[in-house]
Amino acid sequence: MIVRLISGDTPRSPILTALLLLILICLAGAPFLFEGVRALDTAARICIFILLVAGYDLLLGYTGIVSFAHTMFFGMGAYGVALASTHMGRGFDALLVGTVLGALAAIVLALLIGLFSLRVRAIFFAMITLAVASAVAVLVSQFSDITGGEDGLTYKIPRVLTSANRMGEVMGVKFTGKILNYYLIFFSSLALFLLLLRIVNSPFGRVLQAIRENDFRAEAIGYRVVWYRTAATCLSAATAALAGSLFAIWLRYVGPDTTLSFEIMLDILLMVVIGGMGTMYGAVLGAVLFVLAQTYLQNLMGAASHATEGLPLISELVDPDRWLMWLGILFILSVYFFPTGIVGRLRRQGTT
Amino acid sequence: MTAAPDHRPTFADVSLGERLDKAMPFLLIPILVVLGFFAIGAPSSWLTLTVSGLAMGMMIFIMASGLTLVFGLMDVINFGHGAFVSVGAFVGVSVLIALGDWTGATSLLLNMSAVFLAVVAAMTVTGALGWVFERVIVKPVYGAHLKQILVTVGGLIVIEQLIHVIWGPDEIFINRPEMLKGAITFAGAAMEKYRLLAVGIGAVLFIAMRMILRRTKIGLIVRAGVENGPMVEALGYRLRVVFVGVFIAGSALAGLGGVMWGLYQEVITAGMGERMMVLVFIVAIIGGLGSVEGAFIGALLVGLLQNYVAFLEPKLALVSNIALMTAILMWRPQGMLPVVKAK
Repeated sequence: MIVRLISGDTPRSPILTALLLLILICLAGAPFLFEGVRALDTAARICIFILLVAGYDLLLGYTGIVSFAHTMFFGMGAYGVALASTHMGRGFDALLVGTVLGALAAIVLALLIGLFSLRVRAIFFAMITLAVASAVAVLVSQFSDITGGEDGLTYKIPRVLTSANRMGEVMGVKFTGKILNYYLIFFSSLALFLLLLRIVNSPFGRVLQAIRENDFRAEAIGYRVVWYRTAATCLSAATAALAGSLFAIWLRYVGPDTTLSFEIMLDILLMVVIGGMGTMYGAVLGAVLFVLAQTYLQNLMGAASHATEGLPLISELVDPDRWLMWLGILFILSVYFFPTGIVGRLRRQGTT
Repeated sequence: MTAAPDHRPTFADVSLGERLDKAMPFLLIPILVVLGFFAIGAPSSWLTLTVSGLAMGMMIFIMASGLTLVFGLMDVINFGHGAFVSVGAFVGVSVLIALGDWTGATSLLLNMSAVFLAVVAAMTVTGALGWVFERVIVKPVYGAHLKQILVTVGGLIVIEQLIHVIWGPDEIFINRPEMLKGAITFAGAAMEKYRLLAVGIGAVLFIAMRMILRRTKIGLIVRAGVENGPMVEALGYRLRVVFVGVFIAGSALAGLGGVMWGLYQEVITAGMGERMMVLVFIVAIIGGLGSVEGAFIGALLVGLLQNYVAFLEPKLALVSNIALMTAILMWRPQGMLPVVKAK
């Protein structure tokens, strides 16, 4: 039953299995296991990023194409919900309409970009997505009367999902609408993640991996490489948009910095590479590690910077604002030395 | 010995359409300029915009030329190219600030020597940085596009952050040298002196680059290497060395572009290179990856179009470039002047 649920793609390593179970339990019981608003926020962020990164891995790890537009699709989902909630008023219908329209728009745009660039050379795709994503980011900040510009949009979500909705106590914890909201996000992410796992382990997913290994040969066997690559792009765009919608429902705010910025794109790249390209479980580990580091490591660096205040250059280097630099170095090193990421490492250890 | 086969030379009857098709990329610029004239209406604003469009195009070309040649030679796509633009701008501007007396004086000679020194410093630093970048970042991942993209993006982040460490997190404002401030008026159109200078430098560089590529032996090897690398190596040339040279030259040119762009905008940030990369990629794609002439035409088109559109409808300036790219890729999927690879 469980094996069927994860589409027969078992973790194939005892440590990995244990880690994944631990993550699942922690996320499933987050409102009861951890105290405080910040912990719940971190857990929700982890759920959303697991979905976002898994969708990106479908493209990068399974199909072997690099896209810089993943945050753009993420933002389309988020702005879909935000705009629908602003114009239709608070309500579940607004959330639903925004989610569906955001995802559809993302699919159409992904189809257009894919047909344009993948038709010629896969390498064009990386450059064109970068150009299109930056153009969209500029547009969003310029058309401020629609999108709120740099300030973004704040809107209301149904009252059932906010902390104003108290539903009594469960296991000594006040069960509020916020926790309900968290479970909405948790189960949506889980369901979509299992769907992605299903996709990559289907015959379709196998073709994608064949294209990654040798596109020429895949074409020679008779698969339309362009078609498969474009389909993967659209699927990945759709999951990104759905993740964006969840993020918008959770935050009740969208802005260019939280959904569209290039930095989030880099974060996603890092999560995929560190976790392990080409395995959905890598996305899980990468997202968990990264979000935890992002939330708690910066405090640590702040402390280190404080401690080394006397040394001029070193205190600059460990300044909390410079954490992106260390991630960049980590990123380069992991591409060189651990191209298969944490999951690849753990799996190899399991077999030998 | 058999007789030589009959040789009947035929003169292909090239129709006007075919000739036009071949010349079309070169005709696009005049066509765009004329269209701009009618769309804008006022001749003086049109002239001002054309000059600033050309200036912008020349600067983009300077940054894009290295990237496109590096790709053509070794199939290496360098997403970290933008970092050299930023570093060049910061080094150059630091020199200019240090030579404040020279740039503040009202002597063209002193002004120009300050700019010259800034450019030399910027190009030296970015050239050296390019060499290190090639050794450390790019060399281990030859032949693997996916890893190249990832690793060079990593390099871009690290260099940008190092700029923050060295020069601090804030943007730096810079005044142009005294004699390059202001504009001259010609036929009722105000043209900034600096933009005219940028057009001049860009044109000279393009001609020089073309001369080197067409008339010298090293240019011959580079062009042959782009077309058929293994053959050039079989003839005994060490293409790796040539490639490293081109990479260094391309990085130095990016640094030059950075100084020029910094003086054009009069403000520099660590992220400027990253933003320029978008335009540089558009230019490299529509020109045809690997083609210097293509990049030149593409850069001028992008610069002109962006300035015309910014005048007519400011919000659509960046989108106009995407539209241009889409249109050109629909017309020629490989770019305007694709490099024919002998495989």
